[in-house]
Amino acid sequence: MTLSTDRVSRTADGRLILDGVSLAPLPGAMTGLLGPNGSGKSTLLRLLAGVLAPSHGVVTLDGRPLDGLRRRDIARRVAVVEQQADTLVELSVADVVRLGRIPHRRAWHPPTRADEEAVTAALERTGLRDHASQLWSTLSGGERQRVQIARALAQEPRELLLDEPTNHLDIQHQLDLLNLVAELAVTSVVALHDLNLAAMFCDRIVMLQRGRVIAAGTPRQVLTEDRIADVYGVQVAVTEPGEDGRPHIRVLGTPARRR
Amino acid sequence: MTATLLRTAAGLAALVVSVAVAVTIGPADIGVDEVWSALASHLAGDVSGLTPIRDGIVWNLRLPRTLLAAVCGAGLALCGTVMQSLLRNPLADPFVLGVSSGASTGAVVVVVLGVGGGALSLSAGAFAGAVCSFALMLLLSRTLGDSADRVVLSGVAAMQLFSALTSFIVVTSADAETTRGVLFWLLGSLSGAGWADVWLCLAVLALTLTVCLGYAGTLDAFAFGQDAAATLGVDVSRTRLILLCATALLTAALVSAAGAIGFVGLVLPHAARALVGPGHRRLLPVTALGGAVFLVWIDTLARTALEPQEIPVGVVTSLIGVPVFVLVLHRTRRTHR
Repeated sequence: MTLSTDRVSRTADGRLILDGVSLAPLPGAMTGLLGPNGSGKSTLLRLLAGVLAPSHGVVTLDGRPLDGLRRRDIARRVAVVEQQADTLVELSVADVVRLGRIPHRRAWHPPTRADEEAVTAALERTGLRDHASQLWSTLSGGERQRVQIARALAQEPRELLLDEPTNHLDIQHQLDLLNLVAELAVTSVVALHDLNLAAMFCDRIVMLQRGRVIAAGTPRQVLTEDRIADVYGVQVAVTEPGEDGRPHIRVLGTPARRR
Repeated sequence: MTATLLRTAAGLAALVVSVAVAVTIGPADIGVDEVWSALASHLAGDVSGLTPIRDGIVWNLRLPRTLLAAVCGAGLALCGTVMQSLLRNPLADPFVLGVSSGASTGAVVVVVLGVGGGALSLSAGAFAGAVCSFALMLLLSRTLGDSADRVVLSGVAAMQLFSALTSFIVVTSADAETTRGVLFWLLGSLSGAGWADVWLCLAVLALTLTVCLGYAGTLDAFAFGQDAAATLGVDVSRTRLILLCATALLTAALVSAAGAIGFVGLVLPHAARALVGPGHRRLLPVTALGGAVFLVWIDTLARTALEPQEIPVGVVTSLIGVPVFVLVLHRTRRTHR
């Protein structure tokens, strides 16, 4: 059992953003959310995080509705890495990672040994140990995302939600980051734009279009030439999967537009 | 942990010494030993060996005033820190919620218009005004959408409205002498301090400080915004309501007792952050102690520099505080890559 949604819808200003989406991520696996801009990926992640409430339907954690749980209990299970987090506060890398311990700490009590151990482990896991005292404001985009993942790990979650975590990163940092996430022993749901990255790293892919799920399954099942043409309006060639069983997508161009 | 305790102990010691020394400074020449004997005898319920006049100067004038300065400094600095973190706005201060403007309106309604017929004191009027403007600000921010920016904008709206009301009442109804008196109070003054003010403000300070320390970790969570705080397990609306009410109550009590003393709440938090970093478990006690020591000395200067004339303490806080602030920021400036 994990975090899942049952026919959730969300309207904002009278516009339907999500329309009856059911999502049941495979425990321990990485699920990719794909779809064009405005297809509802971010909104779905915010519903899963419990930051937004669905207009209809229900989000459950281990079968229990999210709105019946305390925020603190949710945060001990589910960690979120946003698209581009930033702050004006002069925090060091270790300070940011320590934020992940907030749901575990008690009011008026100093941090415990378990807190410090979780922070050290998270820094270690993300290869940031030597950067612990570096200031957030001096970090590059890739380093910042890595720090946010370390912060999420310090929460000791079993579910990890990431909203386009590779945006603004160069290709090497994109691969590093997704490798890191793929190796974690958590159930992760990742919104992505890059079809090839999704094909390379995700165990399951859910494709959204205008707030609805139009396909779900393995990368091979979901990423077909016809479907990509239909959803994104671009012509692609999907090469047959090699030994790793993962397809590769080559973009050919947009179809000639009528003038 | 031990470092935090040591720092707090050192801060408390600095505060006690500051108060003890500040009480000896003034036109009547009084030594630390006399302060000590007056204090010891009053606490023990005995009669001190001092003459009644000297005893009165220590016990009824200088001590309550110095203590009120300490409480106001601590409280304003604490409120400023909480506001800045909670609203993610480095320009937020205790008066950003419009509390001080409401207090000034309440004060002029009592003093200038004579509402209450003498039964209401200036402090009571100020407190009532502060509560009114805070209630208006809360109502506005709820109606306009409950985000940090809307809270700040609602506070600005309430502040402008009540400032205009104050000006309107003063211009249309007050004579020159009353206007001068009101203006002096608006700039902040500790000259009327009595033991009742000290105990009341100290009690509210203790309560607010306890609440804020309980929320120290939660305040850290707001560094990356309210959505990030929510995903770290913070009930954002509830936290904001509790902390806004606690700090508004404290600000209202302080402003009612001593007027709107500016600068401390805006700048002390930045100086403290530069010294001990942004973690609130350390920052909140350090800011409170720093604010207390700072205002004790500023008020001592304000009442003695141009003797027998007194300078409004709010004027001195800025005249002395700005250079000190620039110095602190400069010396702790970090190099950015």
